[in-house]
Amino acid sequence: MITEFLKSREAILLAALVALILLVETRFAGFAAPSNMVDVFNDTSILIILALGQMAVILTKCIDLSLASNLALTGMVVATINAAAPGVPVAALILLAIALGMVLGAFNGILVWKLDIPPIVVTLGTLTIYRGIIFLISEGAWINAHEMSAAFKAFPRAEFLTLPVLSWIALAIIALFVVLIGRTGLGRAFYAVGGNPHAAVYTGISVGFTRFAAFVIAGGLAGLCGYLWVSRYAVAYVDVAGGFELDVVAACVIGGISIAGGIGTVGGAVLGALFLGVIKNALPVAGISPFWQLAISGAAIIIAVAFNARSERTKGRVILKSAEHAT
Amino acid sequence: MSLADGTRPRHVPDHLTSRGQRVIRSWETLLVGVAVLIFLANTWASPYFLDPWNLSDATFNFTEKAMIGFAMALLIISGEIDLSVAGIIALASTAMGYALQFGVGTPGLVLIGISVGVACGAFNGVLVTRLGLPSIVVTIGTMSLFRGIAYIVLGDQAYNGYPSSFAFLGQGYVFWVITFELVVFLVLAVIYGIVLHATNFGRQIYVIGNNPTAALFSGVRVQRIKMILFLLTGLMSGIAAVCLTARLGSTRPSIAYAWELEIVTMVVLGGVSILGGAGSILGVVLAALVMGMVTFGLGLLNVPGIVMSIFIGGLLIGVIALPRLITLIRKGQI
Repeated sequence: MITEFLKSREAILLAALVALILLVETRFAGFAAPSNMVDVFNDTSILIILALGQMAVILTKCIDLSLASNLALTGMVVATINAAAPGVPVAALILLAIALGMVLGAFNGILVWKLDIPPIVVTLGTLTIYRGIIFLISEGAWINAHEMSAAFKAFPRAEFLTLPVLSWIALAIIALFVVLIGRTGLGRAFYAVGGNPHAAVYTGISVGFTRFAAFVIAGGLAGLCGYLWVSRYAVAYVDVAGGFELDVVAACVIGGISIAGGIGTVGGAVLGALFLGVIKNALPVAGISPFWQLAISGAAIIIAVAFNARSERTKGRVILKSAEHAT
Repeated sequence: MSLADGTRPRHVPDHLTSRGQRVIRSWETLLVGVAVLIFLANTWASPYFLDPWNLSDATFNFTEKAMIGFAMALLIISGEIDLSVAGIIALASTAMGYALQFGVGTPGLVLIGISVGVACGAFNGVLVTRLGLPSIVVTIGTMSLFRGIAYIVLGDQAYNGYPSSFAFLGQGYVFWVITFELVVFLVLAVIYGIVLHATNFGRQIYVIGNNPTAALFSGVRVQRIKMILFLLTGLMSGIAAVCLTARLGSTRPSIAYAWELEIVTMVVLGGVSILGGAGSILGVVLAALVMGMVTFGLGLLNVPGIVMSIFIGGLLIGVIALPRLITLIRKGQI
């Protein structure tokens, strides 16, 4: 079992992550210190949660590009409610955020399930629609820290057993996903639907419903992150998490989740997200301009996908490959 | 008559639908209808809409995006996609701005912009066709990489001071209200229409999109054609970068931000199947007009850009969902 793990993609990714951390440590002593690692994990928590939601969707051969807009919209809704009625308990707002996120995810899911529209088209549309609705709600105004109640802002930062609540939520979601993906019928169905949709139908799995479920789960997590994001950064505006949807896809791709569906692990998604998180946190302390970040994560995606494709390639399907190269 | 396992043989009609019926039921006809409706709504809503100079300005809303849209349509029909086009614009524009610092003239700038575009397209093409990687992931990566390089070079700075002969490429008028960009757009539309619909090469793009394995067995050079399509998309992005940079007169690393999504929206709205194998250049031209008129008309009514994006997103989902919804209701499944 140990040799199996050492050969796995996750082990290689873990080794790359450790190497990256040690490399930064040589430039800036103290980066690899446990207290700093805890900070990096906390900073990456939201990306980890979203990457897990995106993973469920990608496993079923779909993609959800609307996650960041979903996050921003639910974040704006709960922030608006909090600013207007500070008396509403934070727990109620969190439940509302999750529920609203699930509704937004269900809208994507129902279009994919019932109308059979390609997921990339659906979520490309809802990406702009959800973002636009934020503007309609806020009329372009920001909700700033002083308008939010103290309890609203304090929750993700509150320390519990030396870790902030935000980190605990990420750990809880990871645990939940280990069970969901590995120990439930729905988790198996994600792999079956993505691996071979036609075969999944013959085994009695509803492909459409499974995809719908994946979109709802991803939406709910995006909703949760909506609250976490606006309360952690104590600000809500139209462009919150702009472009973050691609970071989430990048985390999945780096984590070895196949965009063709059916391949990927919870560990991979978490490591992929942490990889991006370490890069983001390492650049400033290593004295590299933050303007390098985009190019580095782009290069990381390309290297990761090139690397993954080698182990994924199915031999024997493409029999004319050599003949084609001969032409 | 029923077969042994109880299924009935497939119903085969004894005649094909007539040409007239096909035209009436086509996606392009639907788009023309939508375009006319939007045109009428705009004319009714704002007295400033039917002004030749205003309409001329409106074309800037879509000309650059549509140039890339043509090449993107071919690429999507072949079953691939390129999400790095806006990143290519940023990199090509940055390269032109960089060259400008050394006193390079207009012809040199244009050459540099287009060469960078083609080089980026070649990079995507090699990764997809030689290494066999999925284009959607590769181009998400190169999207960040290309724009990332622009950020490394420029940071929070901007390049200004392009010569006036260069500005003509984005702001100039060829004749009355006809802009140089509009002419480029029309010429490219005709060229791409001919290439896709009247050449062997175009036929092969459809074959690849419908069934790449069958295409390979029929002697179509699948990878070579895909490589050419990535090069074309890079070339178009380079040309669009020249036009856009000349129009804005400056280069920032955030130039053409998020255009890739608008361009894909335009192509899909134009009736190109995101799954590959179907679509037409006429559809893309019509979709460009529809999107351009929606954004321009709403702009005249002082609707902010972000609200327009709701319309564009709704249009994208709506035009695809409605026919499917009607079919489902007809079949009585809802």
